Amino acid sequence: MTFDPLAGVLIVPAAAAALLAALPGYRITARLNIAATTLTLLCALSLFFVRPAPGPYLLVDDLNGTFIVLTTFVGFTTSIFSASYIGHELDTGRLTPPFVRFYHAMYQVLMFAMNLALIANNIGLMWVAVELATLTTVLMVGIYRSHEALEAAWKYFILGSVGIALALFGTILVYMAARPVVGEGLDAMVWSVLVKRAGAFDPALLNVAFVFLLLGYGTKVGLAPLHAWLPDAHAEGPTPISAVLSGLLLNVALYALLRFKMLLAVNPGALAPGPLMVTLGLISLVFASFMLYRRRDIKRLFAYSSIEHMGIITFAFGMGGALANFAGLFHMTMHSLTKSAIFFAVGHVAQVKGTQRIADMGGLTETHPVLGWGLVLGVVAIAGLPPLGIFMSEFLVVSSTFARAPALAIILVFGILVGLAGLFLRLNSIAFGEPRGPAAPSEASYVPMFTHLALVFAAGIYMPPALVAWFQNVAGLLG
Amino acid sequence: MHGIAFDVAHLLAGSLVLLSFLELYQDRLYALLNIFALHALVLATSVAWQAFIQDAPHLYVTALIALTFKAIVIPTALHRIIVRLGIHREIEKVVGVGTAMLAGIGLVALSMVVMLRVTQEADPLAREDLAFALSVVLLGLLMMVTRRNAVSQVVGFMSLENGLVLAATGAKGMPLVVEISVAFSILIAFIVIGIFLFRIRERFDTVDVQVLDQFRGERR
Repeated sequence: MTFDPLAGVLIVPAAAAALLAALPGYRITARLNIAATTLTLLCALSLFFVRPAPGPYLLVDDLNGTFIVLTTFVGFTTSIFSASYIGHELDTGRLTPPFVRFYHAMYQVLMFAMNLALIANNIGLMWVAVELATLTTVLMVGIYRSHEALEAAWKYFILGSVGIALALFGTILVYMAARPVVGEGLDAMVWSVLVKRAGAFDPALLNVAFVFLLLGYGTKVGLAPLHAWLPDAHAEGPTPISAVLSGLLLNVALYALLRFKMLLAVNPGALAPGPLMVTLGLISLVFASFMLYRRRDIKRLFAYSSIEHMGIITFAFGMGGALANFAGLFHMTMHSLTKSAIFFAVGHVAQVKGTQRIADMGGLTETHPVLGWGLVLGVVAIAGLPPLGIFMSEFLVVSSTFARAPALAIILVFGILVGLAGLFLRLNSIAFGEPRGPAAPSEASYVPMFTHLALVFAAGIYMPPALVAWFQNVAGLLG
Repeated sequence: MHGIAFDVAHLLAGSLVLLSFLELYQDRLYALLNIFALHALVLATSVAWQAFIQDAPHLYVTALIALTFKAIVIPTALHRIIVRLGIHREIEKVVGVGTAMLAGIGLVALSMVVMLRVTQEADPLAREDLAFALSVVLLGLLMMVTRRNAVSQVVGFMSLENGLVLAATGAKGMPLVVEISVAFSILIAFIVIGIFLFRIRERFDTVDVQVLDQFRGERR
């Protein structure tokens, strides 16, 4: 039997989910969870060397190869963080062993759903995978069963399902547009077939379809004004899930949107999807930047920061062209790494302080130097200060926009600066000043956090030419 | 080609829109559930009719799923939940009946204008089906917005999904993958919601979503 990495990224999490649901005992399951994500990461990496031919259901090209490697890598580091985080939750009694068992199984189901959404070649299958990912995260957000967690999960569920329903309507319309050209049946939903023939589709139908898809998947990306579920879901669920939501699930929804954008780009009569994405991106950026100022909950603060950055990424892809796409991809990678690192730090901070309220924590760099300075470094990175990776990617987005649309670039820079000031204002009261709250040492594992930050730092200083060439190649695919 | 096939499909899709309007102004949960069951029954008939005129036997499966799950199993289960929770009397509405109906009429007009205009080249059966389907989707959405009660929001969501199934079956030759996934998603969604309803009950002794709003994290 030959080794098939494509099946590997699906079968490993699926099998692990079944196994984790059956096994009791926190120590074994946490290790098994890490082992499964390691194996998935290795399968994903081998996709660079063994590239299966596209079938009617699955497809691997350079675009989703990048997304899969990023997803499985952050999934792997988050599982390490999750082991120490969940251990603490068990000790304090916030979670009971049956819930931990459920949590680990759901973690693997979520990895499975995200991988499936990324490698699906069939637009119907992609929709099913995004829906599965939504349902698993709803269950995880509600896992603490407190008032706030239930409210957050209910809100996420209702808004997420409505978004998903609109996306399905858009998917049906794409099929309707494809049917007269491609013919009835399976082929009219296969993306690699659609993109070759999209030039002949009815442009009016394709336009309406894209509006539905943008609203539907845009809800999942967390674009304002469709973002209402996002801060609650981030704040009330377990922190490893906040890290995966911010770092990965938002990207998956954006990826779905990009696939449809590529379809529209082929059709000369269809509307340009760019301006719509640029508008939503800028609204999200400016809105979320202002929202940073009045946050009192630390996880809510960084949830709004995620909306801000998804706005920048959507804006960059909306501008299009080789340079802006390159900047968008680079920014997305940097944001995933940095934001999950921040959530790793925030998870431990909330555990040692016993609260998520910013007012009840202070002087973190004095009471917990490693954790505190790790958080400071993460916020410096996410705010876009040199010489870290996000500075480089934001600089690329801004400079490529200045060359083409100076007016938009001014709004962009304004939003970024407002966000930067907001973040530092909050960071100041968390990390410096008079120490507040408990000062008990934390038994955290710092490896995942500092691995991510080191990568972001390295990318800001020096990008290997091979990586640059790879990103350029993918940016070229996006058109 | 029009003839009886077209007329019956038209009649069934039109009835779905009409039933969506009926759902919109119900103020008792039992009545709402009965109308939803009828909604699902008409959907099942419509899907079966599509299966017959398109000569697509796999659509009968979809019709059967709609019939058993949405017209029988789910209304019965929701009925039991209502009895158990003792909340059968009134539904809290956010806006009055008149306003909701006017908004509904506006949404139907909107979907007719949009869909009929963009699908001029598609065959008439598919395009009218699509226009009706979008109306049902939007009316379901409106119902979710105008209700505070968790059970009636769930019913709104399910009639929205009925609209999606109508659209999917109207698109001739659409692969089975999607129909089954829709049916499955409703099943899963229902399980999730069921769990939530019981958890909400455990915690608050009410299924009025307004009470949940008091626990929003932002107000802390």
